Amino acid sequence: MLGADAMVKCLEEEGVKYVFGYPGVAICPFYNSILDSDIHTILIRTEQNAAHAASGLARVTGQVGVCAVTSGPGATNVITGIATAFADSIPLVCITGQVNSELLGSDVFQEADITGAVESFVKYSYLVRNADEIPRIFKEAFYIANSGRKGPVLIDVPIDIQNAVINRFKYPEEVTMRTYKPTVKGHAVQIKKVVKELSKAKRPIICAGGGVLLSDAEQELRAFAQKHRVPVVSTMMGIGVMPTRHPMYYGMVGNNGNPYANRAMNESDLLIMVGARVADRAVSQPDLITENKVLVHIDVDPAEIGKNVGPTIPLVGDAKHIIADFMEEEFVCEHEEWIQTLNGYRETMGRIRKPNPDFVDPAEFIRMLSEAMAENAVYVADVGQNQIWSCNYHIVKDGRFLTTGGMGTMGYSIPAAMGAKLADKNRQVVAVCGDGSFQMSMMELATMRQFDIPVKIIVLKNNYLGMVREYQHYTYKDNYSVVDLSGSPDLEKLSSAYDMKFMRLCTMERAQETIDEFLMGNESVLLECLIDPMDLVK
Amino acid sequence: MQKGCHMQKKVLQLLVDNTSGVLSRIAGLFSRRGYNIDSITAGVTADPRFTRITIVTSGDDEILDQIEKQVAKLIDVRDLKELRPGESVYRELAMIKVRVSMAQRQDVIAVANLFRANVIDVTPESLMIELTGDQDKIEAFIRMLDGYEILELARTGIAGLGRGIENVTYLE
Repeated sequence: MLGADAMVKCLEEEGVKYVFGYPGVAICPFYNSILDSDIHTILIRTEQNAAHAASGLARVTGQVGVCAVTSGPGATNVITGIATAFADSIPLVCITGQVNSELLGSDVFQEADITGAVESFVKYSYLVRNADEIPRIFKEAFYIANSGRKGPVLIDVPIDIQNAVINRFKYPEEVTMRTYKPTVKGHAVQIKKVVKELSKAKRPIICAGGGVLLSDAEQELRAFAQKHRVPVVSTMMGIGVMPTRHPMYYGMVGNNGNPYANRAMNESDLLIMVGARVADRAVSQPDLITENKVLVHIDVDPAEIGKNVGPTIPLVGDAKHIIADFMEEEFVCEHEEWIQTLNGYRETMGRIRKPNPDFVDPAEFIRMLSEAMAENAVYVADVGQNQIWSCNYHIVKDGRFLTTGGMGTMGYSIPAAMGAKLADKNRQVVAVCGDGSFQMSMMELATMRQFDIPVKIIVLKNNYLGMVREYQHYTYKDNYSVVDLSGSPDLEKLSSAYDMKFMRLCTMERAQETIDEFLMGNESVLLECLIDPMDLVK
Repeated sequence: MQKGCHMQKKVLQLLVDNTSGVLSRIAGLFSRRGYNIDSITAGVTADPRFTRITIVTSGDDEILDQIEKQVAKLIDVRDLKELRPGESVYRELAMIKVRVSMAQRQDVIAVANLFRANVIDVTPESLMIELTGDQDKIEAFIRMLDGYEILELARTGIAGLGRGIENVTYLE
């Protein structure tokens, strides 16, 4: 057995079904061995998207996403995808081929010090020096990626190690790492303290972040909020923890969030942040959430607690376990007046938009689209104005909302949607992007076609990098610099080049029929919506 | 948040896996998060699988707290403790090359003897002195050489251990 065979065997042991990647000489032994396996390989069109596609798959399955690329440029291209997964805490194992061990450090063709380069974007990285270490390293890598605060792990495997003969393959049953033991269970004393605060609170609120989804604790959190009638708001990464129309849900907080969600959070007397980093986009003024209130911060990563804001009650552990512990506590939590107040805010503090009737109104369009989407559909938002409109107007029913809230990497939606679609080809998956972000990933239309991955794509087209244009509108008084997207391709011709169905919506007049036709059947469609170039998210 | 208003020093002792790149992982963490390293020393322990690292860092309470959490999060780090001044011993080695004439030589040797420093090289125009001690002692010695020309000076940064057997971390 060769090192490369062992690598594939490890992936089989981990139950991996898809590997996204791009070959090159340095990873060829691995791609040769994988031919003998049932694992599907997806040839992505640029390496960055391999990591995004693996991220989409990981987020809907809860399993580790895997990508495999070659040394040098293959490895450096995947860095943005790895950094995106790191910022969003998505479990990935990224395998990179490397030049011959004996040539390491001599700047030979396609050599890059990838473990050094990704150091600040990975949970851990390995440079395999001995083929016999492959089973242990892979076992550890999958464990590290998908436990504690999840994130990407990189394994760099020199070509001679992939070609080395291994005498005996034994995949470890358990991981023995003395230095890595994430705290899962919450401290009992701290849990009691939180319960005591809950029973005293007049205006309690929970702010749910992406960590709740990562620990698969949505059902627990919904049940808890329902049982004790505790209102919930979410961060961008926490969208989908609560169905949008859940009576206890009050929307997304932050500088792009709902005014009433922010008001609710600021006016609360007990704020329970769970699986949220208290990062600048969600909480631009950390002192506002500590003033006049008790702040409880629940996170599996102890370093997140106290990083941006000092909580009254820190509580380290996994959201699923901790909420289950809360559920076992008997206490009374009475604050009906608070709920009435929040419901009043919700009714009176909605956004008012004045859409231009000559174009598609992205807000109303997204609302109608999500109404028509399947109950369990996956909606993947890209980055830009489209992301903010998606966050604000998409209605999550029983599906998922995916976006990169941490890194904000343009071009994320199409590859991530492909990963999500592969997890379950019968599930409806819609990617929504702008004409800027679409062009960062449009090469993947070929991948969708080649591997029959019928993602539905919406391009909100305004011929601008809209989010930056909006920023320049406010900050530089309409002095637009490098935001004009003239020269973009005719998407109808482009769709036809990829043998893909194309639709166009110019105003809201035919919105309903267009949406119905767009969503019909399980085939790829590209729907172009012409939106007002001067439209603003704020 | 005002950072750097109540700066204080802290000595951290780390026991880490002796993997390739472990020092760069730790140094990289400090540089990318903007933490201070006043000194860092590393050396293999009695068990060659592990390396002991002593880091002197500084910052306000919040930053020092974050430093400990972020360092503890690194997967190679097996053990992390603070070496508090009263409960620990710190030592640093300094090597100092001074220009001295024949006439000055005995005076400098006398000062070195007072500090229990050793003369480890001598030429007609210079002396090399080796001195071990805590940072205050080394700085005091350097002050005593005021008036002489220090040609070269090399300091290791401190290494430290906690006193007694209560806080020893045993590794299997």
